[in-house]
Amino acid sequence: MSALHIKKGSNRHSAYNLRPTFSDVQERHTIAVLVENEPGVLARVIGLFSGRGYNIESLTVAEVDHTGHLSRITIVTTGTPQVIEQIKAQLGRIVSVRDVHDLTVEGAAVERELAILKVAGEGDKRVEALRLADIFRANVVDSTLNSFVFEITGAPEKIDAFADLMRPLGLSEIARTGVAALLRGN
Amino acid sequence: MTREMTGAKMVVQALKDQGVDVVFGYPGGAVLPIYDEIFLQNDIRHVLVRHEQGAVHAAEGYARSTGKPGVVLVTSGPGATNAVTGLTDALLDSIPIVVLTGQVPTFMIGSDAFQEADTVGITRPCTKHNWLVKDTEALAGTLHEAFHVAKSGRPGPVLVDIPKDVQFASGKYQGPKPSASHYQPQLKGDMEEITELVEAIEKAKRPVFYTGGGVINSGPAASQLLRELVDATGIPVTSTLMGLGAYPASGRNWLGMLGMHGLYEANMAMHGCDLMINIGARFDDRITGRIDAFSPKSKKAHIDIDPSSINKVIRVDIPIVGDVAHVLEDLLKVWKSRGRKVNREALQKWHKQIDEWRAVDCLSFKNSEKTIKPQYALQRLEELTKGRDRYVTTEVGQHQMWAAQYLNFEDPNRWMTSGGLGTMGYGFPASIGAQMAHPDALVINVAGEASWLMNMQEMGTAVQFRLPVKQFILNNERLGMVRQWQELLHGERYSHSWSEALPDFVKLAEAFGCKGICVSDPADLDDAIMEMIEYDGPVIFDCLVEKHENCFPMIPSGKAHNEMLLGEAETQGVIQAGGAVLV
Repeated sequence: MSALHIKKGSNRHSAYNLRPTFSDVQERHTIAVLVENEPGVLARVIGLFSGRGYNIESLTVAEVDHTGHLSRITIVTTGTPQVIEQIKAQLGRIVSVRDVHDLTVEGAAVERELAILKVAGEGDKRVEALRLADIFRANVVDSTLNSFVFEITGAPEKIDAFADLMRPLGLSEIARTGVAALLRGN
Repeated sequence: MTREMTGAKMVVQALKDQGVDVVFGYPGGAVLPIYDEIFLQNDIRHVLVRHEQGAVHAAEGYARSTGKPGVVLVTSGPGATNAVTGLTDALLDSIPIVVLTGQVPTFMIGSDAFQEADTVGITRPCTKHNWLVKDTEALAGTLHEAFHVAKSGRPGPVLVDIPKDVQFASGKYQGPKPSASHYQPQLKGDMEEITELVEAIEKAKRPVFYTGGGVINSGPAASQLLRELVDATGIPVTSTLMGLGAYPASGRNWLGMLGMHGLYEANMAMHGCDLMINIGARFDDRITGRIDAFSPKSKKAHIDIDPSSINKVIRVDIPIVGDVAHVLEDLLKVWKSRGRKVNREALQKWHKQIDEWRAVDCLSFKNSEKTIKPQYALQRLEELTKGRDRYVTTEVGQHQMWAAQYLNFEDPNRWMTSGGLGTMGYGFPASIGAQMAHPDALVINVAGEASWLMNMQEMGTAVQFRLPVKQFILNNERLGMVRQWQELLHGERYSHSWSEALPDFVKLAEAFGCKGICVSDPADLDDAIMEMIEYDGPVIFDCLVEKHENCFPMIPSGKAHNEMLLGEAETQGVIQAGGAVLV
């Protein structure tokens, strides 16, 4: 479990004491939710967000501990501090949720997203796309005579920037995984 | 203790091991194996309701009057969907109930089979947790976990969906092991926060306890500790609709109910206090009124077992996450060890101020010698039933608020009403559940005729199981609360808020094989109530009351606690556009 940097047990998220709630400023938070990997658990989490009117900017989920039947859901959400506190408390209430961590307030976190982009073009545009991919350390994972498929990993902003550059060069399709995140250090 | 048995037998065994003595249910194709097992035993009584919604409300009435989870058994498809209103009601009022639903066999799930519904999908947002059991080996463990989840932490409804092939197949049965569950909510409060609250209590000049259903859910010890704390400190106490009875209405520090139709002194105390101690309540919108004008000058403490209740609506200064009984025990210990201090002088002044508010006599009403006023009917009911072993349920509407205002509760678990969801049709089946749990008690459902008709089919249940529930119907031939709002908000245009073609309730009672009493003259009321009480069997009591009575006091939508309406003269144009959009 320690490899996940998620502590078991606490269901009280004492961020009440950390910073002022009830401000109007919209904040973007990355929340890691460790859940029991059972049927319907993702629906519980998503249903909570839709039912209570919270935003989901991105959401990733996969099993991370096969023997313990645990999955990790990483959610990027926006809201006022009060809404963020409510989201965490409401997540903590779900019976199959083992733990909730707000990576945005609990310390520096590493955030990564993977994207696959198809860029179709010929001549100079094709060369330019390849040159920019090199700068962004994107890999070519498929190629035809008039298209590339790039794979790029990084913070969401880096992927945004890369996609913006590829658009005039013939970007035709993009698939993104959403953010996966971990706290730095141990 | 592992034994091989069928899934259906496991269900009955698990219920026995959980101490269940009554199940409310309705059979159907997908639960027949379980009904077969029920037939073959005598430990658990089954109450056949007339509609699945009635089963869930009956289980709620059972749960709230005993503190034990209520159990429901219904079939797949329509059986499950009919249970949805009751589940939502129990979720909003934090009532522990366990609903078992049949499901089509696992190999037919997803094929739109006969009486198939995605029960766990439909009930996911209206249960605390739910399970679809696809393997008989997992059934016993899931059932025990279901009881554990329903009872632990903030109680609530849970549902276990059991496909028919899982009921037929055999597996190993295991007894309950609550410690095996991962779900273990925090019970003890943080001692630093508790100490901070004690310090605030010692200094407070105008403190008030604002208690809720959480005190009752926490168990009898919590009510006992609350009484000790209130009486030792001399701090006045008010309660939400859900919390009535936790502190006795005859207690000297009792302010009465607060909120939209709460008492003047209670709401004014909330508005003017300098320390508000919320114990097991959740700052519901019926309580707070206008949020930005809610108790503007007070320091606020909040004791709640559910962390999501804290800072959800009202920002509090001292949050304490924990079970009410555990926290109050620690709170009393700390307060006593620090010398039992309170600001006596200031408290005396505060009580004097409260007495002035009390002198307004906000529950006074203009009585009549010709027609029965609903308030008068409840005053007489209180007078003639107080001191008896009495349980009261209600439907939803004006009669519910009047019952909360005019009936007095001395003990917890004696008052059952649909608070959060406001479910018309709750009270009658709830009275059946309460009577099943307390066969010798006097169980009265204070009802409006419109609410009562929503689940009147349960009269068959009451008669069949010889449950002497008294249906005290305040009949104004109107949807009284809707009519009141239309009068105040919609220019007295009474759109569809009156009942035409009401049944003759006396004949209806006779048709069901029970007793009907109709009364319309105030002079006959006492005798009629006594006749109702003394009749050994269910009674439909049709009390024809004043048709256009409004329920006061009232905090109009969008107003603050100190802007209460006390009577008819003050009602003209008081609700403005901003308040009109609120419910």
